[in-house]
Amino acid sequence: MSTDTFLPGTAVEAAVLSTTLFRFATAGSVDDGKSTLVGRLLHDSKAILADQLDAVARTSADRGFGGAGAAGVQAIDLALLTDGLRAEREQGITIDVAYRYFATDRRSFILADCPGHVQYTKNTVTGASTADAVVVLIDARKGVLEQTRRHLSVLQLLRVAHVIVAVNKIDLVDFSEDVFRGIEADVQKVGRELGLGADGITDLQVIPVSALDGDNVVDRSDRTPWYDGPALLEVLETLPAADELESHLESFRFPVQLVIRPQGALAPDAVAGGLDVEGYRDYRAYAGQITEGSVKLGDQVSVLTPGQAPRTTTVTGIDFAGEDLAEAVAPQSVALCLADEFDVARGDTIAAAGTIRETSADLYAALCWLSPKPLREGAKVLVKHGTRTVQALVRNVTGKLDLANFQLEPTSTLELNDIGHAQLRLAAPLPLENYLHHRRTGAFLVIDPLDGNTLAAGLVKDHPGDHEDERYSI
Amino acid sequence: MSNLSITTTDGYASAADAAPAPSLDGNAASSMPSSSGRPDATPGAAPAAPALQSGRLSSAAPRAARLSSLDTLESEAIHIIREVVAEFEKPALLFSGGKDSVVMLHLATKAFWPGKVPFPVLHVDTGHNFPEVIDFRDRTVERLGLKLVVGSVQEFIDSGELAERSDGTRNPLQTVPLLDAIQRNKFDAVFGGGRRDEDKARAKERILSLRDEFGQWDPRNQRPELWNLYNGRHTVGQHVRAFPISNWTELDVWRYIERENIELPGLYYAHDREVFARDGMWRAVGEVSPPRDTEQVITKTVRYRTVGDMSCTGAVESSAATVRDVVIEVAASTITERGATRADDRISEAAMEDRKKDGYF
Repeated sequence: MSTDTFLPGTAVEAAVLSTTLFRFATAGSVDDGKSTLVGRLLHDSKAILADQLDAVARTSADRGFGGAGAAGVQAIDLALLTDGLRAEREQGITIDVAYRYFATDRRSFILADCPGHVQYTKNTVTGASTADAVVVLIDARKGVLEQTRRHLSVLQLLRVAHVIVAVNKIDLVDFSEDVFRGIEADVQKVGRELGLGADGITDLQVIPVSALDGDNVVDRSDRTPWYDGPALLEVLETLPAADELESHLESFRFPVQLVIRPQGALAPDAVAGGLDVEGYRDYRAYAGQITEGSVKLGDQVSVLTPGQAPRTTTVTGIDFAGEDLAEAVAPQSVALCLADEFDVARGDTIAAAGTIRETSADLYAALCWLSPKPLREGAKVLVKHGTRTVQALVRNVTGKLDLANFQLEPTSTLELNDIGHAQLRLAAPLPLENYLHHRRTGAFLVIDPLDGNTLAAGLVKDHPGDHEDERYSI
Repeated sequence: MSNLSITTTDGYASAADAAPAPSLDGNAASSMPSSSGRPDATPGAAPAAPALQSGRLSSAAPRAARLSSLDTLESEAIHIIREVVAEFEKPALLFSGGKDSVVMLHLATKAFWPGKVPFPVLHVDTGHNFPEVIDFRDRTVERLGLKLVVGSVQEFIDSGELAERSDGTRNPLQTVPLLDAIQRNKFDAVFGGGRRDEDKARAKERILSLRDEFGQWDPRNQRPELWNLYNGRHTVGQHVRAFPISNWTELDVWRYIERENIELPGLYYAHDREVFARDGMWRAVGEVSPPRDTEQVITKTVRYRTVGDMSCTGAVESSAATVRDVVIEVAASTITERGATRADDRISEAAMEDRKKDGYF
């Protein structure tokens, strides 16, 4: 094909140019039109290619899909674009989180499409853990349901920076402003109860949309003249990503993944390219990904090794594959050289000097239980935190969250999709930080030592005796 | 890599002044020109964001510049590659000479620089590969000083353990030699260049994907993947497939190839080739892919969007002779790469899912 014919303008040109990355997830209840919304976003942003559209159109016709398409176009079942597994298409349901990719001239998007009805906590927690924003769908005819409260509660717990509530099927309530304003008020009320959008860390906004017809999805609709806010895609294009919000923090965090120490076994291509073999004979650097903040040459940093007092040294090199950088920010993967020849190994954390409190073997946490195998007090589990995995004992389960009224109820066990509080004793102390302020170093996995499966997503809380941040409402 | 200003590990502080600024700006990391010269093209700069309701977002606190999407994807992939190397005993990288595996190997060299890539590469040779791709594979392995492990479909056919398919396609036959090579070499993690945008089943697969004793993928029973914490624990007999470029699109791969100046086999770029039409694709004329009597052979200017077996991979008509041309072509394409070029994915709507369940890549 000729490139001249197929360069239809700004979107392609901009996609060729560099854009930034934004990750978002969708969450919703049964039949609220989430798959249709996702399909609409992909379709209207032209992320669906002709052969995919043909396949969907064929299947839609085979199944007699009868929805009235906009502007007299043959209706297609947009949900078919996202249901990828055989079982999903056969049963007409979405089972697992699916990842979708599309780009506009401002951003590249990674969309985690989280099913609402099967294991909603597991899927929402998974999608939200990496998301810069989450879009929650509400059916305009039904308003805020218990399921909506549960979703918002999970998003608050996971500290998703931006929550966007899309009030869908606004066409089915005749584009009524009264209906929308009523739902908007209910959403804001739930938000206030949760501290969502009012805590200085998260924000919450509500948009009227029709996923089926496309109102306020990609373009602003003239059928909602009473709504003067942006369309959904405009919001997604302009919200700051979580890394942007966190990288101005003074809290540099760098879990060490491995030590790069070639000891003469240098890469032949680097040597052929003129690498100074003598100079790199004693090369030693600590490889990892910056999880938070930034680091500059000459910065004072502390090395945190479990069971040892923090050791302070200076950053003498920030290497990236032959480039020597003066500064690096989250989420860059780099290799750091330090002034002092400490014994530093995988599992240690390098942090801005003096910004991290001592390591602790007592772990207080909220747990999102993701396994059919229930949690029992006294269980022995593995905890993966940063780049270290340690054994842990579940001392007690202190409560289970009722997501409908946000109250903690007493319990001694957690089951699939429960969210609760627990106290664990670790076999080795870790540099634990409150998840509220540190979305990476405050997160951990609970793993089954027998079969290796992931049992829970863990969020570090302050010790009960410490000052508890009142914004952390559960 | 050749213009390093540093000589010793102690020399960093003095070398810092000469160090290039980190590419934190959204556009600075890209070597692409700001405009194609087309009259209707606009530069990538986005207009100012509209005011947001949150008090924090409108506060005066300065925000750090963003990494470009390519820098972010590169950092994510390198993080995953390092995690797998740190946590597994014996990883290997699937390397076919195809663009995704070439990008994977490039990322691995960056992850461990200035050290060698600390694992072998594994190629499942169908015996139907394009000769220039095999040549490229061997040169690359030589250049990087890597060990190459080859699993041969032909050997399995010769020994009677595999039977040739009636349609002549050998792509689906790769599973058995692949699993055999994994078992024989005791690989516990195998890197692949699979991407979620390639196929609906791949869109559901984890970055670290557990395989049972039979190499099977169980899509209904996958571990949740949270934050950037990857759980690679497995029991004896199981292994893990690792897909560090899961989140890349075809366009990301090509933009990265351009930015990093990565060499690819020549058939990815426009060239003249004898082809014939079959199943709506242009097939190469070759020893293993002869035209039938009814199929007319013509010479066309084509390139390949994917490089697999000669017997099932189709070429597309294209004049894209440079990486820049290909980037623009891919950005403007209206058809997916697998839809355009892979006969094996046209078998059914769930062709990829069914192959993956059996242990395919």
